[in-house]
This record gives sequence, structure tokens and C-alpha cells, in this order.
Amino acid sequence: MILRAEGLRKFYGKFCALDGVSLSVGAGEFVSIIGPNGAGKSTLINVLTGVLRPSAGRVSFRGRDVGGIGPARLARLGMARSFQLVQIFPELTVLETLQAAVVARLGRGTRLFASLARDRDVHAEALEVAELFGLGARRGVPARQLPQGDKKLLDVAAAFALRPHIILLDEPTSGVSTSDKTAIMEILVAASRRIGLQAIIQVEHDMDIVFAYSDRIIALHQGKVLADAPPAAIQADQRVIDTVIGRWVPTR
Amino acid sequence: MTARLVLGAAVVAVALAPLVAPTYHVLLMLPFMAYAVVLLGLNLLFGYAGLLSFGHALFIGIGAYAGAFLTGPLKVRSLEVILLAAGGLGALVAAPVAALCVRYVKIYFGMLTLAFGMVFYTFVLKFYRLTGGDEGLPFLRPALLGWSLEAMPKTDYLVGPYYYYSLAVLSVAALCMWRIVHSPFGLCLKTIRDNPAKAESLGIDVTRYRWLAFMLSAVYAAVGGALLGPPTGNVDPTLLYWTHSGNIVFMTLLGGFASFFGPVLGAFVFIYLQNWVMSVVPYWRLVFGAILAALVIFAPGGLMGLAARRRRPGRLSGA
Repeated sequence: MILRAEGLRKFYGKFCALDGVSLSVGAGEFVSIIGPNGAGKSTLINVLTGVLRPSAGRVSFRGRDVGGIGPARLARLGMARSFQLVQIFPELTVLETLQAAVVARLGRGTRLFASLARDRDVHAEALEVAELFGLGARRGVPARQLPQGDKKLLDVAAAFALRPHIILLDEPTSGVSTSDKTAIMEILVAASRRIGLQAIIQVEHDMDIVFAYSDRIIALHQGKVLADAPPAAIQADQRVIDTVIGRWVPTR
Repeated sequence: MTARLVLGAAVVAVALAPLVAPTYHVLLMLPFMAYAVVLLGLNLLFGYAGLLSFGHALFIGIGAYAGAFLTGPLKVRSLEVILLAAGGLGALVAAPVAALCVRYVKIYFGMLTLAFGMVFYTFVLKFYRLTGGDEGLPFLRPALLGWSLEAMPKTDYLVGPYYYYSLAVLSVAALCMWRIVHSPFGLCLKTIRDNPAKAESLGIDVTRYRWLAFMLSAVYAAVGGALLGPPTGNVDPTLLYWTHSGNIVFMTLLGGFASFFGPVLGAFVFIYLQNWVMSVVPYWRLVFGAILAALVIFAPGGLMGLAARRRRPGRLSGA
């Protein structure tokens, strides 16, 4: 198992956002987390990525307890994430953004007097990721000037540039037009293979995307795991359909 | 290309100034060069790491008083030793101050630096025996590269050897800072300035990098502060007063914090403008206040921002 969570609870005051969530993700898996608004998806992602410390329970990543160790250390251990609301460095170019990720991964950030421009490893790797995400032609463009879809891609690309073992994507296609969603997912899957990613966890609302790409789906409801099964079983699960999916009609 | 030409011309002009310019104006170049060193450091913290300090006069004061102590009671006259000691002492004081301050951002960071500045100001003002209180301490003439130069008339010393020594220090400081901002470290600082949460998610230890940037800026401020001493031959607590911190922030905004040389230009314009305004009207702060207001409203990118806007019409650059 790459990532395992056992009996996670998270309280905000008296409100219980996670009420005993257990899950595990193994090598080669693409796992989607679904659930209605307020089900605890974001809290779960934030606990798994070390931003929030769980009130109870434990998270282990590659056999190591990582509960609340913070996103920076977790990233260095090999767990990367992207954000629901797109997160970019507005003044940095596409290439600089990816270079920053590579610099962080290689632990070269404290090289005070080295020349970034002459660091060929960093440049080559950043460029490779840019190409992988179709951002090569825009490598010199400041992130703030990118169209929304490219900002989203850059956010995810920076996480991929860390060459993590696992990546957690918080709504990778939110705010993107329906026609672009599949394109983004295809890029993600191709990039995962390319960098040797072991597992992907995504939170996603678009059921077409969820059913098309997931090996396994975890349905959350009121802070509890409602179902944890392959797509076919989820589609047949009446409780999940009633509480999470609603009247889902496949569009493909 | 144009930028390089301008920079080259500026360096040549500064190098030739003692030969052609009136002594009075050459003497004004000395505080300019000292402040330029301070501002290169301050802008690493502000322009690159996104943290605006209102307390860096503290480190200027530490550098200046370190020089006064060394040349006076400790009888160390070598300016090389003084600059190293000033930088070291600046780092020593900055280590805990920075560790506390960088846990906070925006206005809270600014207020904490201001608070530390006030504490040290009061310390220097009240410990009369040690610091000379409001009268300050003499900063005796330092030896340069082992030459005592004691017999030289003061003005000759200042517009001659000391001038070129300051220029050399500024050049080395600028080269080092140029490397720092173009290093992987500099890039990481910019990610933190732009989006700390995203930087953290990439594995960048935000607090640690902010601390390092603060330390470097404090060392620069202390070295610049030590350079301020010899021209006046005296150091006093106003060096540490919070309005002095305000002045260097003003210089940074005046020149433009988004550009590497912006703050250096800001220091130059500030010093000469202040000198001129003071000779014309007694209320220089009134005039400078109006300038500051106009800057913030009409040219948030400072003078460098205005220059960049002229080069690329229609595109707002800077800020």
C-alpha cells in the first residue's frame, strides 16, 4: 500500500467533518473520491496531504506516519497535490514555475550563488514537463497571462514536476469547459505514465470523468465512507445513486 | 541591451565623479552608496520574498555602532574587519528577530519588525554609558586595506580612497545580490512571494526561506550601516529610529521594488532630491510626503516602472 488512512476523524469545533474514514490506495490505482457538498472531501484531501492534522486516526504514506507533518515535508517524501481553486505563481513564467518544482525536488533551493539559468538538469526537466502538458510553446509566458485552462494545467504540471509517487488532485477539471475536461484528463493520464506515477487520487464532481478513468471509487457522505468499490459496482449501488450521484445519465 | 548600456554608463559616471564633479556632490555619493548596499538587501526581502520590513534601521544601526565601537574603544581601524564584524553582528541579532518575524506575514510582519526596531532604538538611547545616548559615538577614520591614511585631510580621504572603497563594496554587494536573485534560491523566494501555499505544496519550506532572506537583508543593512559612519564621523540613535526605516522603504518605492536596480536608483534620487529640497524649503518632509503619495497613486512601480512603461507602451509593468 502506498497510502493508508485508518479511522480518520476531524472536528471543526463540534462539527464532525470526518467521522472514521479508512481507505487505502495501492500501486497502479486511480481512485476517485465523490460525494455531495459538505461530505468531507476537501477535509479528507487536506488531512491526507498533511495540511490538517486529524483529530483522531492515522495516515501512513509508504509505511510512514505522516499525520499533520505539513505539505512541504510530504511533498519532499513524494506526495504531490493540485488545488481545487487554481494555484499559480502570477509573476513567474510557465518555465520558472516548473523549474521551481524541480529545484525543490532536487533540494537545490538553498544554492544561493548558483546560476539557475545554467542549471541544465533543472531546465531540461522543467521543459520536459512543460511539453508533456502542452505548455512548451508558452514556456516564457507569465502565469497570470495564461488562459484559465492553461492555468489549471500549470497547477497540475507543477505537481507532476515533483515526480511524486502519488498525486492528489482536488477537482482537476473544475472551472474548465466540458469539452476541455477530457483533454485535460488524457494529458494527466499520459503524463502519469511518462513520469512513472504510482497512484492518483482525485476529488471530482463530473461523473462522466469519474466513471471513465477510475479503477475504484470512494463515495463519502456526512464524513463517512458510504461505498468503496469499482465503478461498475458503484453504478449499481442504489444508496450511492440516491445520495451522491442523483440521476446520472451517461453522456457517452 | 539598453539596460546594460545604461548600467555601464552609470558605473563609469560614478567612477569618474570625484575627478569632475564638485566636492560637495561627490560627498553626497557616499551616503548614496551606503544606502544602495542597504537597499539591495532590503529588496531581497521585499521585492523578491514579499515581506516589507519597517524595522531595518535596526540593522543599519547595528552596523554603524559596531564600527564606532571597533574604531573607538576596541581600537580596530581596519574597515575590512569592521564590515565583516558589522555583517556578523547583524546576522547574530537578526537570527532570533527573523525567526520570530517570519512566522507572520503582511501587516503583522511589518509591525513586528517595527516593534523590534523601537526596542533597539530605546536600548541605544538609554544605555548612555555604552552607547553615548542621544549624542552617539564617534566613528574614527578607518584604515583601508591596511593603509591608515590618518594624515590625509578629511575631505581628500572621503572623496578619494574612501569613495572608491565604498564603490568597490557596493559593486561586490551588487554582484553577490545579482547572483542570489538569479539562483535557485531566488526563484524559490519568488514562488513564496507569489503564492506561499502553492510553494509549500511543492516542498519549499516557506518559513526557512523567509528566514534566510531576512538574514541576508540584515547583513546587507549592517554592512551599509557601517559605511554610513566614516563620512559623518559620528553615529547616533536616529540611525535606528523608525523614521529611518521609513526612509529606506521610501527609497525602495521611489526607485521601484520590481526591478533589481530600482532601489539603488531610489537611494540616489532620494539623497540628491532631499538635499536640494532642504536647501529650497525648510519642510522637506512635506514635499517628500506629497511625492510619496503621488508615487503610490500614479506610479506604483516607481521610477523604474515608469521607465519600463515608456519602453513598452500600453503595458503596465512593475508592481
